[in-house]
Amino acid sequence: MSFPHRHLLGIKGLSEQDIIYLLDRADEAVKISRQREKKTSTLRGLTQINLFFEASTRTQASFELAGKRLGADVMNMSVANSSVKKGETLVDTAMTLNAMRPDVLVVRHSSAGAVALLSQKVGCPVINAGDGAHEHPTQALLDALTIRRAKGKVGRLIVAICGDVLHSRVARSNILLLNALGARVRVVAPSTLLPSGIADMGVEVFQSMEDGLRDADVVMMLRLQRERMAGSFVPSVREYFRYYGLDADKLSLAKPDALVMHPGPMNRGVEIASDIADGPQSVIELQVEMGVAVRMAVMETLMLSEGNQP
Amino acid sequence: MKPRVLANVRIVDPSTGIDEIGDIVIIDGRISAIGADAAGMAPPSGAEIEDCAGLIAVPGLVDACVHIGEPGAEHRETIASASRAAARGGVTSIIMMPDTDPVIDDVALVDFVQRLARDEAVVRVHPAAALTKGLKGEEMTEFGLLLEAGAVWLSNGRHTVDNPAVMRRAMTYARDFGAVIAVATQDQRLGATGVMNEGLFASWLGLPGIPREAEIIPLERDLRLAGLTGARYHAMSISVPQSADVIRDAKARGLAVTAGISINHLTLNETDIGEYRTFFRLSPPLRTEDDRRAMVAALAEGVIDIIVSAHDPQDVDTKRLPFADAENGAIGLETMLAAALRLYHSGDVPLMRLVDALSTRPARILGLEAGTLAPGARADIALIDADYPWVVSKDDLISKSKNSPFEDARFTGKVLQTLVAGVTVHRA
Repeated sequence: MSFPHRHLLGIKGLSEQDIIYLLDRADEAVKISRQREKKTSTLRGLTQINLFFEASTRTQASFELAGKRLGADVMNMSVANSSVKKGETLVDTAMTLNAMRPDVLVVRHSSAGAVALLSQKVGCPVINAGDGAHEHPTQALLDALTIRRAKGKVGRLIVAICGDVLHSRVARSNILLLNALGARVRVVAPSTLLPSGIADMGVEVFQSMEDGLRDADVVMMLRLQRERMAGSFVPSVREYFRYYGLDADKLSLAKPDALVMHPGPMNRGVEIASDIADGPQSVIELQVEMGVAVRMAVMETLMLSEGNQP
Repeated sequence: MKPRVLANVRIVDPSTGIDEIGDIVIIDGRISAIGADAAGMAPPSGAEIEDCAGLIAVPGLVDACVHIGEPGAEHRETIASASRAAARGGVTSIIMMPDTDPVIDDVALVDFVQRLARDEAVVRVHPAAALTKGLKGEEMTEFGLLLEAGAVWLSNGRHTVDNPAVMRRAMTYARDFGAVIAVATQDQRLGATGVMNEGLFASWLGLPGIPREAEIIPLERDLRLAGLTGARYHAMSISVPQSADVIRDAKARGLAVTAGISINHLTLNETDIGEYRTFFRLSPPLRTEDDRRAMVAALAEGVIDIIVSAHDPQDVDTKRLPFADAENGAIGLETMLAAALRLYHSGDVPLMRLVDALSTRPARILGLEAGTLAPGARADIALIDADYPWVVSKDDLISKSKNSPFEDARFTGKVLQTLVAGVTVHRA
């Protein structure tokens, strides 16, 4: 069994077997991270460039650590304040970096499709670390790994994805991945935060948390961006928290052992109450740990697969 | 110039309703005789006779919506290069949109365009003038002087006039001059962040959508104002069947209203965008296949009067970008007729209606001396082999910009020769 893709641009296009292959490999990577000696030589001599056109402390740190634990040389490029601001196009940046012969590019960009465009211009595997409102595949993989380790399976579980689905790449990747593994996916949000055609995206749609959380095995909260809180998509923070914030009352409608997840960074008191985020059902810290493992698995898979050898 | 005879050609002329095989006799750049009758007559002495058996002669196409980069963006397209692309597509008259830099909102600029066209263009180029100064939607331009200088109609370019009071007054004033106001309706706020058709496909791509209401609401408003003022109104580029419905109703109420559609919206749909292909990023956006089919039916019915190329040259600086950051627009002069023939070959639109929509009717709406092969008319003619198979190659396109949504498309039917005033300006 191998992994038949050159890049990881999204969950779309991955089969159930592809996903399980990556999750199994990530399980192995977890062991490495839990050892005292965390550094391996799997990717020794190979160069990883993290190219972030949009600032992200957490994801960038996670990819950096994953690369270092595999022995790769890691370089971080935050392009938010470099030549791209001076008018250099995405494609030119890609070609410049490509000339430096990296062995993998990890790319985040604020525009949907930007990472795919860049991947057409470079000679190494590209990993999408989030492109606009399109996809964030490693987040969906780490979420699945977290669920699988906590519940023993993903298939047939009821997963409620709650909040700003409209602007969320995390939601899109999770909807695709969870469906591929046979979970029942629900989305819960005010209609202003749901994309057009959502009912045809393989989910059950709910406008109330009370209905959407009932009997759920997993409650996955999404971050609501600050600029969307004050009147443009929802009237106010306090109204949003009242109807869509995850508190003890709403969570009590889910199964007693339901997992609480959040991709971070959290807005405590907006989409999630502090005591729930820190409570016994929360697996938010486990998600962060699984993030490193999943990224190790993805990089190892892409960089060592036969077609991608330098 | 020697007299010319195009012999044994199938003549399709919507202006006279003729569809027959015969000859076209051209003397001094004008058609002197045409049809089966002309074939029976002796050719004029010294005439150059060309056997056109198997070909179709139609009046040269009149393209009512062409964006050109001159003045201001000559690296994308000049009047000369656009005219050569037009000749290749059988287009003998082009209406140049006023959204150049500077905007064509002044008599001096109308003169500039006409001078340049006279000196450098191989087809007829007619400027459209801006409806409001700088296309800002605030102050009227000098309608009378602009029309007198040669502007063929008044357009607000790609933008709806937001302020209904400004629009009402412009329509009222334009009526006195019998001018046509041509508008692409798109609500700037309702579709503000959108980059493609709103719906499931956009949602999966993570791209913000443009709802169809962004087109329909300002169109309905404008048609109300057309009713109020009695102005002649042309909806330049509609994309959804609900727009065709309101046009149909307005016509039934007796308003002087016409409508156009781009060839792209008749032959492509939103799924052609695939994985973020920016050449398919258009304004209005490509809609669904159901919409496309309904628009083809509305064209066949005649509710949609005309087809335009909406030729809009863009280069790599504006297209080789992430989809949401790219510009709208596609070139189309060279491929419009071949693409339109798809609708003929599929049996959806009869050839006569198609030629009407591409030539005769736009000429009539614009008041141009074109769109007809009647005796006495200027010999602007496209000679077509309707069964010629070919593949569009980027390298073959002669437009200065290469942003064609039909790159690598297979077509059946090609323009083999284009004549302007009896002179061959293109031969394949």
